[in-house]
Amino acid sequence: MDFFLNNDELMIQEVVRDFAQSELKPNAAILDKEHRMDLGNLKKMADLGFMGMNISETYGGAEVGVLPYSLGMIEVARACAATAVTMSVTNMVAEVICAFGNEEQKQKYVPRICSGEYSAGAFGLTESMAGSDPGGMKTTAVREGDHYRLNGSKIFITSAEYAGVFVVWAVTDKEAPRSQRISAFLVEKGTPGFTVSKAEEKMGQCGSCTNEIVFEDCLIPSENLLGEEGFGLKIAFMALDGGRIGIASLALGVGLEAIDYAAEYAKEREQFGRPIATFQGLQWRFADTYTELEAARLLVMQAAFLKQQKKPFTTEASMAKLYASEAANRACYQAVQVLGGNGYTAEYPVERLYRDVRVTTIYEGTSEIQRLVIAQQILGRL
Amino acid sequence: MSIVVCVEQRDGKLRKITFEALSEGKRLATASGETLKALLIGSGIAGLADELKKYGVDEVAVVDNEALAAYTSDVYAAVLAAYIAQENPALVLFGHSAVGKELAPRTAAKVDCGLVSDCLAVTFADGDYLFSHPVYAGKAIGSYKVVGPVRMATLRPNVFAVAESEGAGAVVDFAPEIPAAKVTITGVDMASSDRPELTEADIICSGGRGLGGPEGFALIEGLADVLGAAVGSSRAAVDAGWREHAAQVGQTGKVVSPNLYVASGISGAIQHLAGMGSSKVIVGINKDGEANIFNVADYGIEGDLNKVIPALIEKLKELQ
Amino acid sequence: MKIVACIKQTFDTEAKIVVGGDGQISDEGVNLIVNPYDEYAVEEAIRTKEKDGGEVVVVTVGGDKAQEALRYCLAMGADRAVLINDPALAGADSRAVSVALAKLLSEKEAGFDIIFTGKESVDDGVGQVPSRLAEKLDLAQANVVTAFELSDGKATATREIDGGSETLELVLPALISAQKGLNEVRYPSLPGIMKAKRKPLEVLALGDLGLSVDDVASKVELVAAELPPARKAGQRLTGEVDEVVAKLVQLLQDEAKVI
Ligand SMILES: Cc1cc2nc3c(=O)[nH]c(=O)nc-3n(C[C@H](O)[C@H](O)[C@H](O)COP(=O)(O)OP(=O)(O)OC[C@H]3O[C@@H](n4cnc5c(N)ncnc54)[C@H](O)[C@@H]3O)c2cc1C
Ligand SMILES: Cc1cc2nc3c(=O)[nH]c(=O)nc-3n(C[C@H](O)[C@H](O)[C@H](O)COP(=O)(O)OP(=O)(O)OC[C@H]3O[C@@H](n4cnc5c(N)ncnc54)[C@H](O)[C@@H]3O)c2cc1C
Ligand SMILES: Cc1cc2nc3c(=O)[nH]c(=O)nc-3n(C[C@H](O)[C@H](O)[C@H](O)COP(=O)(O)OP(=O)(O)OC[C@H]3O[C@@H](n4cnc5c(N)ncnc54)[C@H](O)[C@@H]3O)c2cc1C
Repeated sequence: MDFFLNNDELMIQEVVRDFAQSELKPNAAILDKEHRMDLGNLKKMADLGFMGMNISETYGGAEVGVLPYSLGMIEVARACAATAVTMSVTNMVAEVICAFGNEEQKQKYVPRICSGEYSAGAFGLTESMAGSDPGGMKTTAVREGDHYRLNGSKIFITSAEYAGVFVVWAVTDKEAPRSQRISAFLVEKGTPGFTVSKAEEKMGQCGSCTNEIVFEDCLIPSENLLGEEGFGLKIAFMALDGGRIGIASLALGVGLEAIDYAAEYAKEREQFGRPIATFQGLQWRFADTYTELEAARLLVMQAAFLKQQKKPFTTEASMAKLYASEAANRACYQAVQVLGGNGYTAEYPVERLYRDVRVTTIYEGTSEIQRLVIAQQILGRL
Repeated sequence: MSIVVCVEQRDGKLRKITFEALSEGKRLATASGETLKALLIGSGIAGLADELKKYGVDEVAVVDNEALAAYTSDVYAAVLAAYIAQENPALVLFGHSAVGKELAPRTAAKVDCGLVSDCLAVTFADGDYLFSHPVYAGKAIGSYKVVGPVRMATLRPNVFAVAESEGAGAVVDFAPEIPAAKVTITGVDMASSDRPELTEADIICSGGRGLGGPEGFALIEGLADVLGAAVGSSRAAVDAGWREHAAQVGQTGKVVSPNLYVASGISGAIQHLAGMGSSKVIVGINKDGEANIFNVADYGIEGDLNKVIPALIEKLKELQ
Repeated sequence: MKIVACIKQTFDTEAKIVVGGDGQISDEGVNLIVNPYDEYAVEEAIRTKEKDGGEVVVVTVGGDKAQEALRYCLAMGADRAVLINDPALAGADSRAVSVALAKLLSEKEAGFDIIFTGKESVDDGVGQVPSRLAEKLDLAQANVVTAFELSDGKATATREIDGGSETLELVLPALISAQKGLNEVRYPSLPGIMKAKRKPLEVLALGDLGLSVDDVASKVELVAAELPPARKAGQRLTGEVDEVVAKLVQLLQDEAKVI
């Protein structure tokens, strides 16, 4: 067993860091304030291979593996969480098409995602009445000859405004057992009957858009069925298993950025005639926070390693997502506290980081749902 | 034996670094008991020899040839190498100018000798020369010895004091074979400014991101005008496109050592300090009392440069 | 066309310099990078190849760790790499480095059309290798180049001179040393990093080049290194703008005597 990154991993980490620090970080606060994504940067990221890190070269991916993907995600998130979530969902979409798509689907969509021809990919699972329990979704897809007719709506869809392709889940057989009612589809942007509504006003990650998407008699060709009919939920859960490694890494990046900033600040800021970092009360916060983030890092690396080795990783990915997102939230909380009043103002980055990190315990499965998954894996379905 | 100074002239005008190198050469020659010689290369430049004599030169060797009108490293290095082969000097000094930086190593390769670049000091003790040269962008100073009969060094401009002195002052012609140049100069574009050249200036006024935009440099230029100073810039201002890269001071820009360096709206990043840390006097003007520039500034003014600089210009004008 | 880029691995410019007990500079725990100017050289080499075809060979004289620097350049898009690695070259001076490079480029890797180098390395800022190499290989050279063009076998370069710039025409083969501004350096792409693993990287010792230890003897010896006297923070002038400015002018005149 060894804990060292190899030279390729180190180089990938360094290159992504260089890029993120020079191209993303300087704009992060602006994107947040103006509620917009920098599509030029998304294209640059695609050109560098960031949008299909775990995709085979055959489909235009970089094929660097899961661990480097996680390392890269940490670096991007340190610089700009909004860009990171876009990258994370886009990679997840490319991966799910690669895993479940047929050859035509893979040839058609994956290279467009990886190359940046599509600014992003989107993942359309959640509905207003089906969040933690996607099995309860209402959107329907009815087969009519060589088409499916989609009706219904999805909410909270990341990148909906600039995604080129959406994976959309819909009920194809109401009568089937719950686990077999749902199927997954590939929907191109601009398909008649498919509209993107106004973006939500969010607390954080404001550079990334999150919208409702609506299907009104939207006809999609039957060859856009992803996987088999009735396999939709399985596809969603498997995609989310991998996605959670991305979100855990993202959370970790934000948490590290916040606490590193706070540590530098504490060494400079003086009160009672000395740097506040010399107060033991603050030192213990730093010790605890770094310990938690290091534990999170090891969990994330382990989940990534298992996925890379093609071993079961559902439990480990959920543990990593649960722990990393919670620890990162605590880290950002501590960082704001260390900066005092400054931490509460937009003059200092920890204010944004604190808002950005909040959602990491919510999307791609809330912390409660992660616990549910972990418990089920350990105790079995009771 | 001798110490040879490679004279630098441009368009028939001697450069200040040459006087600095001659003055230092004279001090070293006095310590080591060598004679001081100057090699003057160019076309129609023989008349410059007289000016060189003021700095204690024992002999000026003049290579005056039309083929040498324009400097190219390959041809000038051949001339120098021929002179060195004839003279066998113990030490050859160049200015660490654009020309010296290129010509000295090319000549050193031809002669196959050691060269210490960008020296801040040269001393003669116990029968040998010792050269100090800043490394890691001035974060450390190394002292070096050169092994072999011929030593070469380039001297940082503005560091060595100019002093006139007496010397034998003979002028001789030197006429080596001159090879054909592999390079043709097709155009020269001198910055049209009556300001001194950055690396030679006694006073430099620099501005950074704190100027807020290209217009901010009007303030810096106004200050430079009253002080007769050159204008420099931090990288942030260059990257923002407010100033040419040629004005950048720092690790990846120019290294300067003026008598007075006025940094306005510059935070004092380590890479910037690498370029101006050897200035004799530094003034920092910054609105952030904790800016790093104040850790190196001899005189620090905490305030808004938009108020401080106009007031400073007024005050300096009063004096004139 | 065969295009060569000479690179050097250096300390990260953010590095804190520590002088060890032996008076030598310690590289313990320092992040090593490709000399920033050499990135411009490699970029220009790759662009030239992309335009005119051929291959880009990156070469360096260095230790085992220098392989990483070469891999980085391969990831950027160079085709192959050569590392000259020999214990006798540890602590080599500019002369020794250029002797080794010249031998490589005049024999084993002969037949190049252009060599790109950085204008200097940021660790010691000596800037000797380009000129020494040009001389040893008897090449036309342009130093501190900010623009480069190649057409009909003729190279045109714009270079910085004191107080301005100069445009040169060079006979090929030629050596160009890169200055910031020559181009914008690309980031290696992730597929580029993966491909770099499969590109050839040859390691040669002095013997492989037909050089002896004596051939690369250093002519410059470091006697000692010391940290420069730290600049101390001076006076802080406070008060109303007019008073402060008057005080400054008076100090510059009477105390510092610089105006
Ligand atoms: C910024 C953002 C981006 C998003 N992007 C996407 C996207 O791209 N695609 C997509 O499909 N979705 C996306 N989502 C939706 C997200 O995945 C859901 O919000 C999440 O799954 C939770 O669902 P919900 O909001 O309906 O909460 P609910 O399911 O209503 O949960 C409310 C609370 O009840 C708890 N809870 C629910 N069930 C249980 C239980 N069994 N045991 C214990 N506690 C329980 C939850 O943990 C939570 O605390 C995004 C959300 C946000 C905020
Ligand atoms: C490899 C590398 C090489 C580099 N090389 C160089 C180099 O050669 N030269 C160089 O300069 N940098 C270099 N840098 C960049 C360096 O790290 C800094 O980023 C840069 O020097 C910052 O420039 P600045 O001081 O103008 O800007 P900032 O650091 O942004 O500082 C601006 C300052 O202006 C002050 N200010 C703002 N408004 C006002 C006002 N109204 N009145 C008064 N003060 C005001 C602020 O308080 C602040 O201190 C290099 C970096 C790297 C990584
Ligand atoms: C602190 C310190 C101070 C030194 N001072 C001197 C000195 O005063 N005189 C002296 O002769 N030597 C000196 N050396 C040794 C010398 O700097 C190194 O041997 C260096 O490798 C060679 O050159 P350079 O600095 O001249 O490189 P530079 O000439 O500054 O580099 C310019 C370009 O040459 C190419 N290049 C440089 N080194 C290599 C390499 N190893 N492999 C391939 N290409 C390369 C690169 O393209 C580089 O951008 C010093 C070394 C150190 C560590």
